Order: sequence, then C-alpha cells, then structure tokens
Amino acid sequence: MSNVLSLTTFLPILGVLLLLFIPKDSKGVLRNVTLAVTVVTFLVSLIMLTGFQTNAEFQFVENVPWIAAGPFMMRYNIGIDGISLWLVILTTFIMPIAVLSTFTAVEEKVKEYMVCLLLLETGMLGAFISLDLFLFYIFWEVMLIPMYFMIGIWGGKNKIYAAVKFFIYTMVGSLLMLVALIFLYFKGMEAGIHDFGLLQFYNLKLDMATQIWLFLAFAFAFAIKVPMFPLHTWLPDAHTEAPTAGSVILAAVLLKMGTYGYVRFAIPLFPEAAHKFAPLIATLAVIGIIYAALVAMVQEDVKKLVAYSSVAHLGFVMLGVFAFNQEGITGGMLQMINHGISTGALFLIVGFIYERRHTRLITDFGGLSKQMPIFATIFMIVTFSSVGLPGTNGFVGEFLILLGAFESELRWFTIVATSGVILSAVYMLWVFQRVMFGELDNPKNQKLLDLNGREITIMVPLIAMIFFMGLYPKPFIDKMDPAIKKLVAQARIAPLPARMMPASNQMQMPAGHQGADQTPDAQQGQMPAGHEGGGEKPAAPHGGGEMPAGHSGVDKSAVLQTSPAVNPHDAK
Amino acid sequence: MDMILIPAVNMTPILPEIFLSVLAMALLLINVFIPGGQKSYLAYVSFIGVIVTAVLVGAGWGSHIESFSGSVVLDNFATFFKMTFLVAAGLTVLISDSYMEREGCNHGELYPLILFTVVGMMLMASGTDLMTIFLGLEVMSISLYVLAGFNRANKKSNEAGLKYFLLGSFSTGFMLYGMALIYGATGTTRLYKIAAIVGQMTLPSANILLVAGLLLMMTGFAFKIAAAPFHMWTPDVYEGAPTPMTAFMSAGPKAAGFAALLRIFLVALPTLQAEWSQVLWVMAVLTMTVGNITALRQDNIKRVLAYSSIAHAGYALVGFTAGNGTGTAGILFYMLSYAFMNIGAFAIVILVSKKGETNGNVSDFAGLGFKRPLLALVMTLFLFSLAGVPPAAGFIGKFYLFSGAIQKGYIWLAVIGVLNSAASVYYYLRIMVYMYFKESTEDFAWIKVTAPVALALIIAAAGTLIPGIVPSIILEYAQMAVKLM
Repeated sequence: MSNVLSLTTFLPILGVLLLLFIPKDSKGVLRNVTLAVTVVTFLVSLIMLTGFQTNAEFQFVENVPWIAAGPFMMRYNIGIDGISLWLVILTTFIMPIAVLSTFTAVEEKVKEYMVCLLLLETGMLGAFISLDLFLFYIFWEVMLIPMYFMIGIWGGKNKIYAAVKFFIYTMVGSLLMLVALIFLYFKGMEAGIHDFGLLQFYNLKLDMATQIWLFLAFAFAFAIKVPMFPLHTWLPDAHTEAPTAGSVILAAVLLKMGTYGYVRFAIPLFPEAAHKFAPLIATLAVIGIIYAALVAMVQEDVKKLVAYSSVAHLGFVMLGVFAFNQEGITGGMLQMINHGISTGALFLIVGFIYERRHTRLITDFGGLSKQMPIFATIFMIVTFSSVGLPGTNGFVGEFLILLGAFESELRWFTIVATSGVILSAVYMLWVFQRVMFGELDNPKNQKLLDLNGREITIMVPLIAMIFFMGLYPKPFIDKMDPAIKKLVAQARIAPLPARMMPASNQMQMPAGHQGADQTPDAQQGQMPAGHEGGGEKPAAPHGGGEMPAGHSGVDKSAVLQTSPAVNPHDAK
Repeated sequence: MDMILIPAVNMTPILPEIFLSVLAMALLLINVFIPGGQKSYLAYVSFIGVIVTAVLVGAGWGSHIESFSGSVVLDNFATFFKMTFLVAAGLTVLISDSYMEREGCNHGELYPLILFTVVGMMLMASGTDLMTIFLGLEVMSISLYVLAGFNRANKKSNEAGLKYFLLGSFSTGFMLYGMALIYGATGTTRLYKIAAIVGQMTLPSANILLVAGLLLMMTGFAFKIAAAPFHMWTPDVYEGAPTPMTAFMSAGPKAAGFAALLRIFLVALPTLQAEWSQVLWVMAVLTMTVGNITALRQDNIKRVLAYSSIAHAGYALVGFTAGNGTGTAGILFYMLSYAFMNIGAFAIVILVSKKGETNGNVSDFAGLGFKRPLLALVMTLFLFSLAGVPPAAGFIGKFYLFSGAIQKGYIWLAVIGVLNSAASVYYYLRIMVYMYFKESTEDFAWIKVTAPVALALIIAAAGTLIPGIVPSIILEYAQMAVKLM
C-alpha cells in the first residue's frame, strides 16, 4: 500500500461525494455514512501505525510534480515521521467520536454539517502530512473554510462574530506567513533549491536578520493558531459558539496545527532565530498559562472555562517545545495528543449536559453526581487527566515538559509555569465540585438522565486512551523518539565561530550533526540514511518517561565536538 | 487606369478583429428586422461569434507577426489578452439577455456594442504604436459609454453613462497629451522605436518631455483601470450601469488597460522602469487600500464589488510594480481569473436582484444558502476566489503577483498587499454571512436560471476552480505570453 497516506487523507473527500447522493432528509443514513467513512479512515490510518518504521525518516512518502510554472515548482510531496504520525492518528481517532457526538446534537442541515466535518478532516490531515511548503499552506487555508461555516451556521447566539473573528485572525497570520514562504523560496533559489520541498530548506543557511523576519512571520501565524497570549482572544469566542463537534475538533486537532507548525517549520527552518526568541515565546507561554488559568477560574460558562484551560495547556506545550531538548519536545508532543484527548473529552462532556439542559452556566448545576453516576465517573476521570494526575496521560506530558524546560535555559520560566499546574487543578476540581457535588436543588436537574449507550460509546475510547497513555506511554514515545532526536539536532544552534563564517551556502548545522556523506542534492523527501546519524551522541536507550540526566548537557559537548568539522564542510 | 498602390500588409494579425467588426455590423443590420421580443437570437449569434473569434485568436498562438509597418503585432501576449477579453465578452453576452429582458431594455444594439468594445480592446492588446493603442482605446471607451447608459429609462444608468463619458474623455485627453509629449521627445509613436531612442539617451529620466509624457499617459491609463486616486468614477458608474455591463467593465476594459500599460511600459519605456515603478508602487498601495477600506462600509452589493474591483486593480499593480516575469505573468493570469470570478459573482447578483435593480443589498442575500444551495455554493466559490483563499484561481493569481514583488525586493509592498487581502476577506465573508448564517423568510422564487445564465455560471465556476487546482494549464501560457513580448 504505497498510497496509504493519500488514501487516508482523501477518503473523507470520497465520503463527501458519497453524501452528495444521499437525500438530505435521510438524516440517519447521512450520519451513519459519515460515521462509517471516518471509522474506515481511522482504520486505514492504523495501517500506517503498524507499518511505521521506528526511525527518523519520513515514511509513506509520495512525491509527484504538481505545479511547475515560472520560478516556482510545487510538488505533491507528502510523508510522515514520528511527530506527524501521532497527529494524523489523533485526527482520524477524534473524527468518528466527533461525528458520533452530533447524532442528536445536530438536527438541522445535517448533510451540510457532515460535509463540513469531512472536508475539515481532509484539510487537517493534509496539513499534517505536507512536506511541500506550498501544499502545506493550501491545506492550512482550506481548513479554515469548513470550520468557518461550522461555527457560523450551527453555532450559538454570537456565532457570526465568532466565525468571522476566527477566520480573519487566522487569515492575517497565514497571509504574512505566505509572504515569508515566498521570500524563503527565493532565498532557497539562490542556494540552488528549485521547489518548495521542506526538507531541503532545513539545510539552507540563512543569515540572522533574514531568519528573524522569517521566523517572526511563521511564528506569528502559528501563535495565532496555538493560540498564544495575547493572540488568543478568538479562541474563547470560537469555542463557546461552535457546536460540540466543532469545539472538539478545534481543541483536539486544529490548535495542534499551531504547535505542530513550530515543531515542523518555524524551529527547524530558523533555529538561530528560534533560539533568539525562545525567551520571548517562553514568557508569552508562561503568561498564557497563568493568565488563562486565572481567567478560567472565574468563568461562569463551563465551555468558556474549558476553552481557557486550552490556552493554558497549549502554553505548556509551547514551553516544552522551546526547551529544545529531548524531554521538553517529547513532553510537548505528548501533551499535544493528551490535550486532544482530554480537552476533546471535556467539550463532549459539556455537550452532554448542554444537550440535556440547554445551559452551560455552572450555577445552574450542582449535585449532578447523584442523578448521573456514570457521567460523574467519566467527568472525574477526564478532569484528573486534564489536571495531570499521575496515572493519567496528562501527567506524563506535563512532567516531561517541566523536566525538559527546567533543564534548559528556561529554568525560571518553568518555576513560574509550575504554579499553573496547581491553578489548573484548582479551577478544574472547583468546577467539578460545583457541578457534580452539593445539593441537587434545581428541580430541572432532578430529572436528568444519565449517559446513554451512544454517549458512553463515545467516551470509552477516550477514557481508554487517558489511562493507556498515562500508564504506558512507551509505544508513543518510542515511535516519535527518533524524529524528535533529529529535531533536537536541528534546533541546536551552530557554535558561534561557525555562524560568523561568511560563506553563504554554509549549512544550517555543523557538519558533524548531519553526517559527512550528505550531498547538496539530498532533496525530495528522501534523506540519505546517514543524515541524522553522524553526529548523534550515543544516548542511552530510554523508554517511558525516564531520560538520562546527562542528556541535556549535549549542547556544550556538541560545541566542542563539532567546531573542527565546520571547515571540511565549507570546503565542499 | 492607374493602379492604386496599397502597401503589402499582412491581415492575419487583425483577422479576429475584422471578423468581429463585420459580425457586429451585420448584427446591427439584422437587428432591424428582428421583432422586439426575440432579441435573444442576437445574443446567441454573438456568443457563437465570440467562440469563433476565440478559435481564430487561438490559432494565432505561437506566431509572431508584425503588420501595418509595425503598428500592430500578433504575439502570445496579445493572444492571451484577447482570450481574456473574449471570455469576458462571452460570459457577459450569456448573462445579458435575461437581465435586459427583465429590465425592459433588450435593445438589439447591445450585442454589437459589446463586440465593438472587444474589437477596441483587442487592438489595445496588439497595438505596438501609440496611435493604434489610442484608437483601440477610443473604440472601446465610446462603446462602453453607451453600454453604461444603456438602460435609458433608469436615471442611475443615465447618470453612469454621462459620468463615465465626461470623466473618461477628460482622462483620454490626458493620455493623448502624454502620447504627444512622448512623440515630441522621441519623434516616433512606434513602441520599439521609442525604446531604441530612449535607450540611447544619456539620462532619459532628466528628459522633462519624456517624463511628463509618461506621467500623463499613466494618469490616463490609471483612470481606465480604476486605480486610485483616479478611481472616483468607478463606484457610481458600476452601480448605475446595467449589472451585466458592470460585470463586463470590471473585467474586460480593466484587462485591456493593463495590456496596453504593460506593452507601453515594458516595451517602450523599460529604461525608465526605476522611475515608473516608484509611481506604481504608491499607486498600488493607494488603490488596494482605498478600494478595500471603502468596500468594508458598503451595503449595496454592486458597490461592494465595485470597490473590490478597485482593490483588485491594486493587486495587479503590485505585480506591475515588480515588472518581472513572475509579476507580469501574474497579471495575465489574474486578469483572466478575475474575468471568470467577477462576472460569475455579478451573474449571481443579477439573479438575486429584482426588476429595477431592487433587492441589491448585501442583506438581500440572507437565506440564499439553504433556499438555493447551488447558487449560493458557486457564489461562495467566487467570493473565496476574490478573497484569495485556496484552492481557487484568485489565490494562485495573488500568489504570483505578490511573488513577483517579493522576487524583485518589494517585500513591504507584498506585506501591504496581503494585509489588504486579509481586510478584504471581511466584506466577502459578510456576503457569505448573510447567505448562510442569517435566516430569512424570502423564498427566492423569482430566481429563474435560464440556460444561458446556467452555462455562464458553469463556465465561470470551472474557470475559477480548475486553474486554482491545476494552475499550470493557464500559467504556462501566461508565462509564454510575457516572455516573447
């Protein structure tokens, strides 16, 4: 199955074509067909999981010319590594759940809704698998359209404001990124790169000033999507107004586009600039963590509370990623998946009670645990996962992030951020207490029904994942480990003498990190085998969450190790 | 008997023009014998005529023939633009009939006038002499003045025609004056000769006649393409003119203006590029910004599209400022895509509006999305394309325009361009907000999509979507066209 990646990505589009032939009044058929399509997509994506070789290479690569006109060459160049693999799986995993959650929530315009969901899935998958910068941009933009309509058509009271704000915020960021992208292309052309293939740009040596501008443009686009403080204001609106499935997807997958963008594009493309801005980004991340937590605490609307908790969680992810070490990035990646699962689950939970009571105000509830014991249990587990209780997935991610960040230059940020963990426990447990415990005094709440079979079916896979990832994260970490190692190597900035070399086509990293056998035409998605092997320190094998303590000291030794290697490299 | 000596001229380059002119004159005659209710036949004949002309034009692809002692040329550049004009004219003819019938002004002269306009535009694209270009421009403009005021019973249409005529002739004066000055400075009106003479000047930018001529000519063309600060006529004329003519004016003559501008500036005055690109830089920024910011506050959809059309001229000017292969190919691509998407959008506007051009506000689109889903869907496609959202042709066009600027080092111009583009998203989204997000009690029962309109919408939608997904099919030609200019 060489086209399995394309198949996964475009199966939802085939589903859309199928839906077009179903009359719009047969809502049941529409729902079941959509569910079937997303389940099949998930199953197909599992083929990749089983076929994935644990190494740092991009796999399932497909690379054919697409647009060849003028100075530009765009290719349909896709592939996944350990980082995107999990995000692809997360997407295909969340989609059936999101679809299932709409079975009773969406009664009007079911067909259009399902079409939007499927288009969105293709857009999201496409963005995760693109190895061509232009292709990535296309998917990144296309994704906006179905989400815009989902919020605008099926949203709440303030839907128009939220939908337009969502669209324009993202658009401003991505258009600036587009300019940067074109500029980067022309820079690459000077160095002999003749298409938008991402991997070759990794090796492009850019001077600091260029890097700073390009990094800022990319980082701005991604920061809006993450969203990072102070660009987060669209998120609470979008989340609050979006229908449940929209919120779930938004939280679980769409926000990951931002953090993924940093991991895949902004950091490895512009490592020096990324280092330069790391303190700024860490500051914003930490402000986001604390600020969002404080704001979440005083929310009266449960959904808004969860939305702000998202901002805080993503702040942790950013902190981990910008630690630039194995633990931090691994934690960040894990936390991206965790956040997808637990915040997705939280939005589903909010959706359940909203469907029953048509209110989300905390004060309208209280004592629900007596009436809805299953719901209470599930809500509790998800809450624990969200606050990062050991044994749940949230713990592993947050712990690794804090560990990684603490060992990096971001130590002081970490210390402040840790208080965010406590704050998150405060607002989550507090909201749980106010909703679930106390007197069941509201007569409307006394008649509430507990979760039905469908709703339990929705939650079971999420709960299973919460515990699985919490107790045995090794398979996840193992698969992403080589890719992250490579990223850490890419993000490691060149030692100072090398940076001052005037040679314009000098490579991004000191040669020792890339293997001496690398040639300039190592392009088009296939890295030579020795590519990331060369300068790697023989790190002790590690699984679970335990990293050897000396691992983060690699920066210093790398400088010593690789400085002499610069000259032969330049001579090439 | 003395022989009259006729210099040997090759008629091939102007064969399509001759065909269209003859057809138009024949239609004028036939029109007299066709009774009032059956003017549709003229539309059908015109449409077929446009297709035949397109075949004639297409047959000339790849050749490079100069004729009439170098005042007309048949090259890929001209051919590409001629195709653009024909697309605009063909779509306009298709959407005109039912509209004119509804508004009670289905006079047969409409179609010959459209064809004459196309003849003028074609001459503008293939002219290599200032005089040829000017003649083409006048043929085009005079027909357009009539077309703008074609709905005699409607005061706004009259106003549009008169306003367009007065301001148009004023700007033509500027242009002609500019051409005269250039003739004074160089002693010729042939573009290639101008280029040679200017190329030999030691310091052409210090030649006051030349620079003044250039600026005056630029003013005249800026008027034609509705670039700020010479755009004031646009909203009123676009709003008042019969909607199909508005659609036509926003696509065809604008493209013709760019064709002539590109030809004159890149062929005759490339040595002065440093000078004119400075002026264009400012003009591009002004045009984009003025167009977009004013469009934000409009309620009438024709005015929204009118201001958006100003903004689009601004985007094209970004590519022009760059003046390199990428940017100019971008203009060619963009003008063609713009013809598809903008005329498509206007076709929907015509369908939604009622007799007397009522029901033409953005809010009147409320509920269209679920009452007439197919129409709303194509409108959405056109709007996203106008906004520059992939995967639509409008995105690829903007991509190349801005790329040209970035390639040439005009990074801030590109940044201003994309920020403008982001602002424009708001008013395009607003139309979609009404179509999909607002409820309405309207049933849109009055919308009757006739076969020609349906055909126009299909062509326009295909022309908007397909080049967005596989842009090479058009971009390659655009690039060949600018290469051999």
